[in-house]
Amino acid sequence: MADLVSHPAEVKVVSKRFGKGAANIDRYLELDGYKAVQKALGMDPDAIINEVKTSALRGRGGAGFATGMKWSFVPKQSAKPKYVLCNGDESEPGTCKDRLILEHDPHSVIEGVMIAGLAIGARIGYIYIRGEYRYLSVIMEKAIADAYARGFLGKNIFGSGRDFDVYWHGGAGAYEVGEESALMESLEGKRGIPRIKPPFPAVVGLFGGPTVINNVETLASVPPIILQGGEWFASLGTPKNGGTRLYCLNGHINNPGVYELPVGFNLLRMINEVGGGIWKGRKLKAVTPGGSSCPILKAEECDIAMDFDTLMKAGSMLGSGGVVILDDQTCMVKYALRTIKFYQHESCGWCIPCREGTDWLKKSLTRFHAGAGLKKDIDNIQYLAENMLGRTFCALGDAAAMPTISIVKKFRNEFEDHLEGRPCPYDPEAVTQQLPVLAGAH
Amino acid sequence: MRFSDQLETRIATMLTHYPVKRSILVPTLLFVQDEVGYLSDEAIAEVAKRVELTELEVRNVISYYSMLSLKPKGKFNIQVCTNICCMIRGGESIFDHCKKKLGIGHKMTTPDGLFSLEEVECIGACSWAPAMQVNYDFHENLTAEKVDAILDDYKRKAQQ
Ligand SMILES: Cc1cc2nc3c(=O)[nH]c(=O)nc-3n(C[C@H](O)[C@H](O)[C@H](O)COP(=O)(O)O)c2cc1C
Ligand code: FES
Repeated sequence: MADLVSHPAEVKVVSKRFGKGAANIDRYLELDGYKAVQKALGMDPDAIINEVKTSALRGRGGAGFATGMKWSFVPKQSAKPKYVLCNGDESEPGTCKDRLILEHDPHSVIEGVMIAGLAIGARIGYIYIRGEYRYLSVIMEKAIADAYARGFLGKNIFGSGRDFDVYWHGGAGAYEVGEESALMESLEGKRGIPRIKPPFPAVVGLFGGPTVINNVETLASVPPIILQGGEWFASLGTPKNGGTRLYCLNGHINNPGVYELPVGFNLLRMINEVGGGIWKGRKLKAVTPGGSSCPILKAEECDIAMDFDTLMKAGSMLGSGGVVILDDQTCMVKYALRTIKFYQHESCGWCIPCREGTDWLKKSLTRFHAGAGLKKDIDNIQYLAENMLGRTFCALGDAAAMPTISIVKKFRNEFEDHLEGRPCPYDPEAVTQQLPVLAGAH
Repeated sequence: MRFSDQLETRIATMLTHYPVKRSILVPTLLFVQDEVGYLSDEAIAEVAKRVELTELEVRNVISYYSMLSLKPKGKFNIQVCTNICCMIRGGESIFDHCKKKLGIGHKMTTPDGLFSLEEVECIGACSWAPAMQVNYDFHENLTAEKVDAILDDYKRKAQQ
């Protein structure tokens, strides 16, 4: 459905079967499918975890936690069943990569779930797919059924004497459900409200059992690691940042699309070479490097390696790989406003700093963009956002505060440009659109 | 209340996937909504019975999820994304265009019951922005002309 793109700089590991009909199980088998899980069946669980540790694979869902390490936290013995939960809620604005994996290579996700299960001693895996992605759950449902029909899933998988079940599970529209503990609540049939941590899911997770939760892309990276080795995977990226990533290059560039590039690829090269440069002959103003929750980078900060640690040092994050590229005609106040509008809409309302903070930020920014902001509001926005940080059950509050803080800090001049009734310099009509009460004032 | 055979089979199968009945709630509600058109009182009561919860508990869950609706929608629900990637590539004017063309606003339905309109958050089509979904179908790299053609297409489909 969604158009595929290609660029010579790409290194295709997770996307190597895109466009090759691999949703069909026979085709998947021709393209080395289900070899990794058979290899894993012959391995000791610790050996699987060590291979993943060696690969320096880090979570592709946002936080970038080391995957092998996460798996090693699961207790060996457990009275309750253990689970693998694949996070396909993909809702962080700017992110549209899991969609491609689920569409073009659903079996690789199933295989990743199975290998994770073998590593931690789970016998059941769930693949959670956001409700809007109905066509992908149709694809996944067929892929799972085909795998059962071949004896790859169910009892005695591959004649190994071991059992493994995989089910897909559908959401119904909620960004917050992508947060791992809210995800488990949703799968248990409840409102997606985060749980207090600790205990972490690896110890007490789904239905009270130890649970490993990983992003779709993380799990799709596992079969190649088992087949080709952790060292090979690690060597594709930068130290402690193994492999490749599906970078979603979005916004004001000539060739937007999802490209698979080594972790650590230079952001400017991404924009200019891979993305074909800024559109309409304009100049680069800023980049949100890893989904809407990541602090913004100014154009002059963009000569940077896109890996977790380098971005962290630069005060931002690699997040979910959604790169939003903004040209010099973008109003940063409006961009901040639209971002906060999203988080305000999606806040589950459980924690007061998040529920109230996002609402006040939205109100202040709406007023600002309409030209009715006060100078002291600039500092108030900053103060409010800073006071949300670290004061909530889950990271949604941080996700809302971080981009706001960075935009106000780095583009304060644009906020000042909106003061004293001055209409948005980039969009003079914003006044009447945003604040109906002011409509008559002109 | 009985659902279609297909949905009954689905519900029965789903119940075998989890250690607790309640787990089927969210996906079941969406499947029921797709079949009934919306979550009617009758449908809610039925689902509550199947998962052994009170209706209040079910309603409590419904109110959390943005796709679940207590009111009927048009035959074709148009969901235009105006989140950041779509916004900066013209998503808002696509939404305005739909409003004008259909003569309705956010979360409204045309009098003939054919179209509903909704401004939605990111639908995972950011690299093909601006984008919208009509029911579950994605339409991407939109322009006003493209939207016109798409809506006309659905109108034609409805007449067949
Ligand atoms: C508000 C919020 C939303 C999130 N949404 C997603 C999501 O849609 N998909 C995802 O994989 N991770 C999401 N995460 C991150 C998950 O909590 C979790 O860290 C991740 O699924 C773990 O997988 P990984 O280690 O493979 O990245 C979200 C986190 C927060 C705080
Ligand atoms: S921002 Fe519109 S689809 Fe992601």
